[in-house]
Amino acid sequence: MAFTVSLSKNDWSLHRKGPADQARHAEKVKEAIKGNLSNIISQEAIITSDGNKIVKVPIRSLELPRFRYDFRKKNQVGQGEGESKPGDVVGQGKPGQGQGRQAGDQPGIDYFEAEITVEELANLLFEDLGLPNLEQKQSAEIEGAGIKFNDIHKVGIMGNLDKKRTILENIKRNALANHMPVFRQVKQEDLRFRTWNPDVKRDTNAVVIAMRDVSASMGEFEKYITRSFYFWMVRFLRRKYNDVKIVFITHHTEAKEVDEETFFKLGESGGTKVSSAYKLALEIIEKRYDPQSWNIYPFHFSDGDNWGDGDNKLCVELVNKLISVANVFGYGEIQESRHSSPSTLMSAFLTIQNPRFISVTIAEKADVYPALRKFFTTREAAAA
Amino acid sequence: MNYVDPEKKQLEEAAQKIWDLAISMGLDPFPTHFEIVPASIMYEFGAYGIPGRFSHWTHGKAYHRLRTMYDYGLSKIYELVINNNPSYAFLLEGNSILQNKLVMAHVLAHSDFFKHNVYFEHTNRQMVDGASINADRIRKYEYLHGKAEVEAYLDAVLAIQEHIDPNLRIKKKTKNGSQPTQARTPGPYDDLLTDAELHPRQEEHPRRFPPEPEKDLLLFIAENAAGLKDWQRDVIHIVRNEMLYFLPQMQTKIMNEGWASYWHARILRQLDLTEDEYIHFAELHASVVSPSKTQVNPYYIGMKMFEDIEKRWDNPTEEEKQRYGRKGGEGRQKIFEVREVENDVSFIRTYLTKDLVRELDLYIYEAQGDELKVVETDWEKIRDTLVASMTNFGNPYIVVEDADYRRNRELYLKHQYEGIELDIDYAEKTLPYVYKLWGRTVHIETVVDNEKVVITYDGEKVTHKKESSGPPSLAQNSVTNN
Repeated sequence: MAFTVSLSKNDWSLHRKGPADQARHAEKVKEAIKGNLSNIISQEAIITSDGNKIVKVPIRSLELPRFRYDFRKKNQVGQGEGESKPGDVVGQGKPGQGQGRQAGDQPGIDYFEAEITVEELANLLFEDLGLPNLEQKQSAEIEGAGIKFNDIHKVGIMGNLDKKRTILENIKRNALANHMPVFRQVKQEDLRFRTWNPDVKRDTNAVVIAMRDVSASMGEFEKYITRSFYFWMVRFLRRKYNDVKIVFITHHTEAKEVDEETFFKLGESGGTKVSSAYKLALEIIEKRYDPQSWNIYPFHFSDGDNWGDGDNKLCVELVNKLISVANVFGYGEIQESRHSSPSTLMSAFLTIQNPRFISVTIAEKADVYPALRKFFTTREAAAA
Repeated sequence: MNYVDPEKKQLEEAAQKIWDLAISMGLDPFPTHFEIVPASIMYEFGAYGIPGRFSHWTHGKAYHRLRTMYDYGLSKIYELVINNNPSYAFLLEGNSILQNKLVMAHVLAHSDFFKHNVYFEHTNRQMVDGASINADRIRKYEYLHGKAEVEAYLDAVLAIQEHIDPNLRIKKKTKNGSQPTQARTPGPYDDLLTDAELHPRQEEHPRRFPPEPEKDLLLFIAENAAGLKDWQRDVIHIVRNEMLYFLPQMQTKIMNEGWASYWHARILRQLDLTEDEYIHFAELHASVVSPSKTQVNPYYIGMKMFEDIEKRWDNPTEEEKQRYGRKGGEGRQKIFEVREVENDVSFIRTYLTKDLVRELDLYIYEAQGDELKVVETDWEKIRDTLVASMTNFGNPYIVVEDADYRRNRELYLKHQYEGIELDIDYAEKTLPYVYKLWGRTVHIETVVDNEKVVITYDGEKVTHKKESSGPPSLAQNSVTNN
């Protein structure tokens, strides 16, 4: 009889076409995310995440455009369970879009949520950013300060036998050999030993002095922007330094050191005396963070609505002092709109001619990314 | 030791039994080869449409989506069969034996449909090899010209891949019917004739290119775009070639799935199933042919229609006997004939009856606010809406109206508006891709809010223009038309 029907089962484990093209799609998604970073990084979901989990960011669906019908203006046919009549509700939302071979399986939106870890996002974000004015501080890295048991070998000292793993290996081998997943007849090859690696400690540290204006004029938006900025700044510095300490200072007419939670939540009232925060920052540096061994990054966010010209002058003086000990001093002014004119404080700061002083204005969420770029561009190298 | 997979042996036996049953019931499939594959492979073939097809990120995206839906238990591909001689079909590893029996019966009916339905007549029956060869060629171009360049070019071609003409074999009537005047044969008395008699004034043809609107955008561009390199023309031909292969499947979705569902049910009822298996089969069959409130389930509608046709030709009414001379008892014969000569559009138009629409409880719905509401239950309107949604495979009908627009070799496309507007946002994004292929400014004419609109992309930006009347291409040509 001629060949009619047959059946086979082959090994497909080396077949990789789908995953390879899937990876290319994922790469394109990443490119799309990168092109849209300024809108993505100030998403609330990211800023409020614990920093390690996967966040979902909305990006425009990567779809090849085509000539297609406007599905909102198209009637579609459905099917009921009998006796359907006009006016019956058959579903919620927009009708599914029929398309080509797969009729109606796509929702009518052009955005989809791409999953990305904050870490990956940080990689994209900081790819070409560097630390401005990084200096080699006194205590560099100290090697061999200790050892850590964090590796497994097949040979070792009996005292370091990893019993749990050894038992597992034995069960695995038995299961493979005679389909009996039980623990018996331990052989040499089952043994696993814990072993150590030297623990390298890098001792380059940085401290961020985060200052925030909590006077009555700073609203929810200003708080949010500040938070978003510090979130990324701290992540960035942690990539570069072993240990990043953050000092939180809030101020209205008086400054005080607070904890992180208070720093981001606090909304107070009253006037503004910016100099109070700078004074406190200088005091803290003097007491706790010797510029000889610390990289210091003071940043201040305010709406620039300061007490008066007298205090503005004092601020300029203090900023000059801060610059002399800090790697960079950043001032971010949050404005109500792009068209607002700079505050008196900003005007006063504009007289400072030092590459270590950086100022930005932020009027909307999307400005956070350019601000970060401005702060973390290694411009001293370029200037030198 | 020769290890025999007990599952494989069982399936082999079942395959032979099902094949014999199918033949005895009148089906005539291509020789069929079943391959048992893991889910990752099943979804890959599902995403690519055919094994070994060329690489592209859109395939990767489709694969990822199918795979994710499977992983989360949202959907499952049970069967996949390739229109090829022999037919290749894939069974999902881990499916129950009964599931796979149902799939095998279903697949054989599909293969019978591929072999006999007239719209498949010209499809490449060696497409599995064809797709691999195409993929090799594209891989070669990637090697020669760089992956990024080939990908960007493929993006452009795929953006208009639906716009081909499967009916090129049907000769076109020319609109004005004028034949090119034959050149005079020189004769010995030519010196007696005046110049005008010697060279009769040929009627000037309107300078139109193409002479008639051309539906096959891909073919037209491959043949007429000036700046394309050989490999680029070849890529267009590859994509078009594969699209031509897939079109009949898009054209006969309801019939093909209906046919397969009709037969898997009948074949399985003939198998010696245990009581448990039979209950399992009934459940499975019910889930395949379950109606959907917001879509037309092709398996269900198609199967019901075939059953209805069979019933009506088996037991014709007195009127049908007298008027149409139906003798009765011709049901089977009739459905075999229908599967041979119809496509979805003609199938629905001819065989979706008033009674059937009521029995199936079909309706037209639309979005009203946040709710989808039934707006129409008149059977003819439902039938016509279904037909309209399937015309041109659900895609807008777009033709090349003028390839020398403004005497500047600009491409003027026209959407043949039939009441449903284009998605303007998408059209605006598609034009730059057409520009990439054509190499010069491209336009598309369509209708928005009952007004003619021309969207143009000149290589830098998209512009809109509302025009009052008459296609500009005709206005252009009338100048030379004396």
